[in-house]
Amino acid sequence: MKKKRLITFVEAIKEAIDQSMQKDGNVIVFGLGVDDPKAIFGTTEGLQKKYGKNRVFDVPTSENAMTGVGIGAAIDGKRPLMVHQRLDFFLLAMDQLVNAAAKWYFMFGKQQSVPITIRLIMGRGWGQGPTHSQNLQAWFAHIPGLKVVMPATAADAKGLLISSIKDNNPVIFMEHRWLHNLKGEVSKSYKPIPLGKANIIRKGSDISIVAMSYMVIEAIHAAEFLEENGISCEVVDLRTVAPIDYDSIYNSIKKTKKVLVLDTGTLDGSISGEIVSKVVENLWDTLDSKPERLAMPNFPEGTSFALTKNYHVSSEDIVLKILEMLNQDIELGKFFKKEYPHDVPGDWFTGPF
Amino acid sequence: MSLLDLKLYKNMLLIRKVEESIAKNYDAGKMRCPTHLSIGQEAAASGVGLALKKSDSAVSTHRAHAHYLAKGGNLNAMIAEIYGKATGCCKGRGGSMHLIDRKVGFEGSTAIVGNTIPIGVGLGLSKKISKKKSISVVYCGDGSVEEGVFYESINFAATKKIPVLFVCENNSYSVYSPLLVRQPEGRKIHEMVKGMGVDSAYEDGNDIRKVYRLTKRAISKIYETGNPFFMELQTYRWREHCGPNYDNNIGYRSEEEFLEWKKRDPIKLFEKKLLKEKICTKGEIRRINKEVLGQIKEAFNFAKSSPFPDPSEAFDSMFA
Repeated sequence: MKKKRLITFVEAIKEAIDQSMQKDGNVIVFGLGVDDPKAIFGTTEGLQKKYGKNRVFDVPTSENAMTGVGIGAAIDGKRPLMVHQRLDFFLLAMDQLVNAAAKWYFMFGKQQSVPITIRLIMGRGWGQGPTHSQNLQAWFAHIPGLKVVMPATAADAKGLLISSIKDNNPVIFMEHRWLHNLKGEVSKSYKPIPLGKANIIRKGSDISIVAMSYMVIEAIHAAEFLEENGISCEVVDLRTVAPIDYDSIYNSIKKTKKVLVLDTGTLDGSISGEIVSKVVENLWDTLDSKPERLAMPNFPEGTSFALTKNYHVSSEDIVLKILEMLNQDIELGKFFKKEYPHDVPGDWFTGPF
Repeated sequence: MSLLDLKLYKNMLLIRKVEESIAKNYDAGKMRCPTHLSIGQEAAASGVGLALKKSDSAVSTHRAHAHYLAKGGNLNAMIAEIYGKATGCCKGRGGSMHLIDRKVGFEGSTAIVGNTIPIGVGLGLSKKISKKKSISVVYCGDGSVEEGVFYESINFAATKKIPVLFVCENNSYSVYSPLLVRQPEGRKIHEMVKGMGVDSAYEDGNDIRKVYRLTKRAISKIYETGNPFFMELQTYRWREHCGPNYDNNIGYRSEEEFLEWKKRDPIKLFEKKLLKEKICTKGEIRRINKEVLGQIKEAFNFAKSSPFPDPSEAFDSMFA
């Protein structure tokens, strides 16, 4: 049997950029620190050496202008890939994103689109606190003209980033820091995964769990545990939250009649709320119980180890919610005894961010 | 010089007469969008625009009619756009504040102050990467100097050595707020920009020959050094910030101030020079006027008789 090619999410991102730059000489990569010793958590390592300073370069700490620079380069024929080590800094660039990038194609009568991809890395835990941990996908998804991508696996990170760069429109590519060291089977070849298509990452029959990004991983942990206890969960990995693949969501719910939607962002005004309202509008008669959601509370994330203890949604919360929805009781046992502290994705994570 | 002089004159006149026609027709309620006229500021636009090549890229602001026309933008498509027609340069999606004519390198004007400044720098960056023999031009006003993105963009253009010509038309007002309440007294915009590392110059924005010559010099400098250049052109907006009317009566500026500037009407001043220097006769001036008015009449007829876009087009795909 052929050995599986396992690489990390970080390596997959790097491979997607490398292969995209190789395929298309118009792809340029910039952002604060893309060529520094840390190379954006290793995702841009070696690219400047390979493609030169003209195509891979560090920039001033000017998020708004640099987004505009990317837009200008894009309408002149380049395919810029911008990187922000923390999403929260990108909030300084809302004028360029919302008033220019998202509108350009529409407001100039479809003459010229803006093929820019903006990578945003999001944190959680390890004291990231109020302004280093925001998952604002709902903001971006709210703006007509933007595509919003949120991969959960290494393979998707690669295939979806390739598609994002190839796409002729502005794409917000959101990477959860807790996924960066996750390993998965990834094809060596240049293979785009289409934007706007969800992935049934785990088949099941009793309930549908719809999730994005890091919440997919928590959902899988919960589903594995529940499986051992005779409960079969189907996990729908959204992959992109704008546009949302409702067909895949509806098909899954038609089978299970139940849905739990997970979100990495705060609850009110979230993607999970949008999905639940569409499900209610379209599948009211199919549902046999009310749809449920789990998302972050409507508070900023506190910094202290103590303050995040009950803040994030974990696989344990998912298990409890599903048992409640199915009105079942099982022995929770050692699943609820964590092997590592609640504010890290695993023992490997030692900060600082 | 005489052929160029006549071109400069005709272009300024075209802008003036177009704007006056818009003002005259605006109250009919058929141009249903915010409209910012360039009357009084024609020399700044024409002097720069006619010094550019078609392959130079330009981006502009909410007050862009003059920049668009001076870059060679299609007049019929502009008027049709203001009328919201399918034949407009944005098919009715942009209106007066969003003009584009890619055929002549006018890459777009947008409504938010300062919004296109970094975009123009990005166009310049792309030209630099591709080693193109052309530059990028950013039109902005004194108001944009108060936006953060102005400093970010100037800083990046200087750091990265990007072939951009910044053209700042200083008309002393941001909507109704005079420069004195917005920027410290005595600090010159062009001097501040020089302090940031971008070569700059100041010029009378109502003297078209001076503007044209400065632009040519600036472009040579950009090619010579590879560095950006910044021009501050002093000028004055004759009418209200947005709309067709004069507004000297509402109290934010005086009639006297306006009349002082009216004495410096860039078109009248230049017309006098052309006659005095015998570059053309009164008859030729009349002929140019007639030609321009004919062209404008045709453009308004085109716009008025063009169809509206189908309402369903509002919900076409958002994506390319």
